[in-house]
Amino acid sequence: MIKKEQQKQYEKYVKEVTPTHNLFLNMGKAFFTGGLICLIGQFILNYAKNMGLDKETSGSWCSLILILLSVLLTGLNIYPKIGKFGGAGSLVPITGFANSVAAPAIEFKAEGQIFGIGCKIFTIAGPVILYGTLSSWILGIIYYILKLTGVLT
Amino acid sequence: MKKLYTKGRASIEFDSPVFFESCASITGPKEGQGPLKDCFDAICKDPTFGCDTWEAAESAMQKESAQMAIGKAGLSPAAIRMVFAGDLLAQTIASSFGIAGMGIPFYGLYGACSTMGEALSLGAMTIAGGYAEHTLCATSSHFASAEKEFRFPLGYGNQRPLSASWTVTGSASCILGQTPPKETHPNSMPLRKGSCCAAITGITTGKLTDYGLKDSLNMGGCMAPAACDTISQHLTDFGRSPSDYDAIFTGDLGYVGKKILIDLLLAKDIDITKQHQDCGILIFDADTQDTHAGGSGCGCSAVVLAGYILPGILSGKWKRVLFVPTGALLSKVSFNEGDTVPGIAHAVVIEQKEV
Repeated sequence: MIKKEQQKQYEKYVKEVTPTHNLFLNMGKAFFTGGLICLIGQFILNYAKNMGLDKETSGSWCSLILILLSVLLTGLNIYPKIGKFGGAGSLVPITGFANSVAAPAIEFKAEGQIFGIGCKIFTIAGPVILYGTLSSWILGIIYYILKLTGVLT
Repeated sequence: MKKLYTKGRASIEFDSPVFFESCASITGPKEGQGPLKDCFDAICKDPTFGCDTWEAAESAMQKESAQMAIGKAGLSPAAIRMVFAGDLLAQTIASSFGIAGMGIPFYGLYGACSTMGEALSLGAMTIAGGYAEHTLCATSSHFASAEKEFRFPLGYGNQRPLSASWTVTGSASCILGQTPPKETHPNSMPLRKGSCCAAITGITTGKLTDYGLKDSLNMGGCMAPAACDTISQHLTDFGRSPSDYDAIFTGDLGYVGKKILIDLLLAKDIDITKQHQDCGILIFDADTQDTHAGGSGCGCSAVVLAGYILPGILSGKWKRVLFVPTGALLSKVSFNEGDTVPGIAHAVVIEQKEV
């Protein structure tokens, strides 16, 4: 074992010699990919509205179609390539969420319907669901208190 | 008291060489497109090896390479006294299921990517001690089963950092024996060229080396201190300098780890720049194959040994090499619990022997 100080020094040295991705190039790619996904979403939304659907129903159709596309592309092994190119640009939209559910389902299918797909389908998306629910619950309480105290009407 | 063959603090020098009787290597399609594509015995175009699961695919690959090595040595499985085999999967299932059907006494090993060094060390000691006529040393790794074990499902779209390495899909097996291999069978292909054979003459057992790094996606940085420790211990124990070797092959340090290893050794006044090569760098073309830091996995150093290093020793390209597979001893649990990634490296001296 080496001393803490040496550990820090080594960590710093390793950081210096390790190459990293070009941040600005990656941000550009993420902006493009995320933007493209949102553009497709907007197109679906506008199209649904033009068909005479109300705002909420159009939004549902938009989400559903994007999820379907993402799951299909995951199954066809295309989404990982989009993710490799776009990074957070393909991770943050709803399509990234769908990918993170579909990918474990495919991978763990061999371990059975219950212990494979059932137990492991949310290995990546699980934290998002749990902490998403938790934070909406906390926001709900804050909203309730603000309403009680009359800050919000 | 019995005679001791120990040398220095952590090494063994065998008084008679332990011969490589045969070796066999099988890889997946990506390795079969790399710079060493002409070196391997077989390249399977189908990464599933005709199986339903990645784990079964890896087992099938290891079984195939073991059978091939036994056949090339002109032996039958019954002639092998024991197998030393390991892989990357939890509880080393690829080896258990791969070797299971062969009916050979079995020792399962886990040394992460250094497993071939561990298997050869134990196999050679067993032979040199007179406990076996023939031992089989086998390892395997599979890109898909390793990703599943340590990282994300294959279908998940994420970005790999440039320090990450690419797990080699491949398996290699070596048969070690007390006597030089002979052409015993018309179909056998023993590891021998005229009177030249390859043999293990010494080993240095590595110790766990931990410089406190926690980044499991920079395994070169985690393992380089272990390689540095083993190489310098080896040179001290044997009283040798790097120039006593024609080549020093580390397992899978990759581009990042190679630079760190050379720097760390230079700080100890050991210069291996002329001799050093890394199996992880040799196996892939980083520019065209998108493998970032290089290849890794138990199979990486093993298939490079069987396909490239041993044939090179027979052909006289190198007379004496130091083979130093490196391993990062982490698990998903230790990583999630915030532990560091300790490294290990085992050194094996392989020499050309005239018989």
